[in-house]
Amino acid sequence: MTIINYDQRLVKTKNPDPKGPNDWKRFFSFNTDAKVIGIQYIVTALFFLLIGGLLGMLVRGELITPPSDLFDPTVYNGLYTMHGTIMLFLFLFPILSGLTNLLVPPMIGAPDMAFPKLNALAFWLVPIFSIILLLSFFVPGGPASSGWWSYPPISIQNPLGKMINGEMLWITAISLSGISSIMGAVNFVTTIIRMRAPGMGFFKMPIFIWTVLAAQMLQLLGLPALTGGAIMLFFDLTFGTSFFRIEGGGDPVLFQHFFWFYSHPAVYVMVLPVFGIFSELFPVYARKPLFGYKFVAIASFGITILSLIVWVHHMFYTGTPMWMRNLFMFTTMLIAVPTGVKVFAWIATLWGGNIRLSTPMLFCLGGLFNFIFGGITGVMLATVPVDIHVGNTYFVVAHFHYIIFNTIAFGIFAGIYHWFPKFTGKMFYEGLGKVHFILTFIGATLNWLPLHWAGLLGMPRRVASYDPEFAIWNVIASIGAFILGVASIPFILNMVSSWVRGKVAPPNPWNAIGLEWLLPSPPPHENFEEDIPTVLNEPYCYGLEKPFVEDEEFYINKSLKSH
Amino acid sequence: MNTKVKKYKNKKYLTLLIILFAFSLNILISLLMGYWSYSWLPMQASEAAHYVDNLFAFETTIGTFIFLGCTGTMAWILIFNRAPKYDESNGEPLEGNLKLEIIWTIIPLILVLAISTYSTKINYKLNNLGSKIKYDIGQEIPISEGKEIFDYGPIDVVSRQWNWEFIYPNGIHSSELHLPLNKRTNFRLITEDVIHSFYVPAFRLKQDIIPGSVITYSLTPTKKGVFRLRDAMFSGAYFSQNQSNVIVESEDIFNKWSEDTVKKELQNGLNPAGRLYDKRLKNGNRGWATVVPAPPPKVQDKGIEERPHDG
Repeated sequence: MTIINYDQRLVKTKNPDPKGPNDWKRFFSFNTDAKVIGIQYIVTALFFLLIGGLLGMLVRGELITPPSDLFDPTVYNGLYTMHGTIMLFLFLFPILSGLTNLLVPPMIGAPDMAFPKLNALAFWLVPIFSIILLLSFFVPGGPASSGWWSYPPISIQNPLGKMINGEMLWITAISLSGISSIMGAVNFVTTIIRMRAPGMGFFKMPIFIWTVLAAQMLQLLGLPALTGGAIMLFFDLTFGTSFFRIEGGGDPVLFQHFFWFYSHPAVYVMVLPVFGIFSELFPVYARKPLFGYKFVAIASFGITILSLIVWVHHMFYTGTPMWMRNLFMFTTMLIAVPTGVKVFAWIATLWGGNIRLSTPMLFCLGGLFNFIFGGITGVMLATVPVDIHVGNTYFVVAHFHYIIFNTIAFGIFAGIYHWFPKFTGKMFYEGLGKVHFILTFIGATLNWLPLHWAGLLGMPRRVASYDPEFAIWNVIASIGAFILGVASIPFILNMVSSWVRGKVAPPNPWNAIGLEWLLPSPPPHENFEEDIPTVLNEPYCYGLEKPFVEDEEFYINKSLKSH
Repeated sequence: MNTKVKKYKNKKYLTLLIILFAFSLNILISLLMGYWSYSWLPMQASEAAHYVDNLFAFETTIGTFIFLGCTGTMAWILIFNRAPKYDESNGEPLEGNLKLEIIWTIIPLILVLAISTYSTKINYKLNNLGSKIKYDIGQEIPISEGKEIFDYGPIDVVSRQWNWEFIYPNGIHSSELHLPLNKRTNFRLITEDVIHSFYVPAFRLKQDIIPGSVITYSLTPTKKGVFRLRDAMFSGAYFSQNQSNVIVESEDIFNKWSEDTVKKELQNGLNPAGRLYDKRLKNGNRGWATVVPAPPPKVQDKGIEERPHDG
C-alpha cells in the first residue's frame, strides 16, 4: 500500500540485527540497532552524570568555606577541570546523541540510521575515551588541571616533564570525543536528509528533527577547528612544537580562537535539541498546536548561522581590538532574536491550553523558566562593558550553569520521562518523577542563583579559596549542590524499578501526535518495517481534525495488536 | 440576551484592566530592580565604574521586565488553564498569528540594537585598552609609541605564577599598587610565564596579560581607598593566592609615598603562594603536580597582605 521512496542503498542490511539477542546482553555488544545504541549512550551518560556530579559536590564542598582547607589547591584544580570535562564530553554530548539515536529514525519513519555500523563505532568510542580520561586520575602528577578550556601556556607547562601525563590523556580523550561526534553528525545529517517517510517534506518534520539537523550541521562545521586545535596542543605538549608557545614564535591566543570557534557553537549543539524537546512536549501537554511552527523551525537555523560568528565574545578582555569587540557584541546579541521567537512561541502554545502537569511537563516548564533567566544574563554578558567586569567571575559560572544544567539537563530529563514508555515499554512512577523534579528545581536554584551576586562583587571563577565577603553566597550554593545530589536518588529508583517492574505501556500513553507514537512500545527492530506511513500534514495538529498520516487507523490498530 | 452582551463586555473590560494593572506593576518592579542593582556591585572607584553600573542597571530593568512578563504569563496559564483530572480534551487550536510573530521578532531586534549602540558608545568613551606589541623572549620589552593620553605613568605591572610586582617611572618596586586619585594612569601589562588577568572589581576593569606581548592600559581612579586586585585568568596551582591591593591616595600622600619609598632598601615582597608551597613541601609534597612558584619580588614597599579592603 505504501511506496518506499527513500534511497534503499543507504540501508545495506535488510534487518539491522536479525539474529541479535533480544535480551539485556545486546546492550553490551557491538549492536547496530539505533534503539539499542541510543539506550547504550543514555545509560553510559547517566553513569557519568553521577561521577561528574560527585566531583561537582567535592568542588562545592571545598568552596563552602573561604580558605582552601579540604584539598590541596592542585587537587582542587584537577577536580573542577574533570568535573567540567566529564559533564560536557561524557554526559551531555553522549546523552544527546542517545536521545537523537532513539528518536530520529522513528520520528521520520526510517528503519534505522543511514550508517548503522558507523553509528555503533561512534558509540563504542565513548567508553574508550571515557576510560582514557578516568585513567588520568592515576598517572603521576594527577589529571589535567587547567580548566576545560585548557588554554596554553598553562596547559602545556607539564611540571613533572613526563611524556604520559594528565593533560596528554585529556587531549587524547577530547580528540577521540570529537571524532566520535563527527561520525555521529555525518550519520544524523544523512539520515534526516535522505530517509524521511514519504510526504514528509522539510516543513512537515517535527521540530526536534529540525533542531537535530541544525545542531549536527554545527558539529560538522565547528568540530574540525577544535579537533585541529587539540592536535596542535598535543604536539606542543608532547613534541615541543610551537604552535602556541611564544618561545618558538607561536601565539597562545590563537588556541583561544580555535577553541571558541567550536566551543561556543557547542553550547547550541547541546541546547538546540533541548529546544526541540520543548517544542515537542509543550503541544502534547497543553493539547494545542505549536504556535508558529514555521517560525520556530527557521529560528533553529538562524541560531546555527549566528552561533558561528560570535566566538570572540569569550575574548573581550584578551586585548581584542575595539572594532572586533563591537562587532561580536552585536552578533552575540542578535542570537536573542531567534531564541526570543522560540520562547514567545512556546508561551503562546501554552496560552489557553489544557495544561497537564505531568513530570515531563514540569521539567519543560522549569527548564523554560530557567532559560528565560539564563538568556537575560546572557545578553548582559554579551555587552562589552558589563562583560569586562563580570567576565571570568562567578557571574559567568552561574549563567552557564543556568543554561547547561537548569535548561539543557532539565530538557533532557523531560525527554527521558516523555519517551521512557515508548522505548522501554514500561510506564514510570509519576510520584517519584515529581519528587525528582521538585528536588532538582530547588537544588539547582539554590546552587546557581546566589552565585550571580558573588560574581557581581568580583569573585573570580576557578578559585580554590576566596575573600570572606563572598562566603554567604557560597554556603547557599553548596547546600543547593548537595540537594541536587539527593535528587538523583528518586530518579535512579524510578528508572530502574519502572524498567524492571513498571506497568506495561500502551503505544501512545500521552495521546500524542507523531510517527513514533504510531509504533508499538517498544518499537520493533525496523520501526514501520514494510508499511512506511505517508505523512499528510505538519505535526502538532491537536484539535484541528487534520490527520497526520494517511490511513492513521491502520497504524493505530497495528500498534495495538502487537501488545 | 442583553445581559449576556453586557456580561461579555464587562469581562472584556476586566481583562483589559488586569492587563493594564499587570503591565504597570511590571514596570514599577523593573524600575525598582534597576535602582536596586547598583547595590549588588562593589564600590564605584574608577571613571569606568559609573558607566558600567548604569549599563548594568539599564539591562537589569529591561531584563526584569521581560522575565516577569514571560514568567507572569506562564504563572497565569498554570493557574487558569489547568486541565481537570481525566480531561483529555484539546485546547483552542491556534496555529499561529503572523502579525504577532513579526512583532516579537522586531521588538527584540530593536532592543538589542539599542543596547549594543549604547554599549559601543561606552566602549569608545572609556577607551582603556592601548596598544598590544609583541616581542621575542630575551628581547628588551618594547615601549609603546605613546599615542595614549595619560597624566601619570607608565607603571609596569609584572605578573607571575604567583605574585605581582609594580615598577614605577621613578624606579620604585612595590608589591602593592599605589595610585594617585583622579589621575589617568597608564600601565604596561607584562607576564613572565602564563596568561594572567589584571582585574580590580571596584574599578570594573579587567585586562588579560598575554605572554610575548606588552599591553598598554589606562584608567582613572576616582575614589580613595584600598581595593582588591585579583588575577582573573586561571594561572595554575596557587591561582587564588595571586591577589594584591590597589591603594588610591590623594596626590599629596601619593607623592610623599613615592619620595619616601624610593630611598628604601629592596626586600622580599608579598608572596603568599610561596608560603603555601613551602608548607606543602614540609608536609611531604602531597597533592598533584605544580610548577614551583616564582621567588618573591625584590621591592621597596612590601605591602600588607591582610590589609582591610573597601571593595
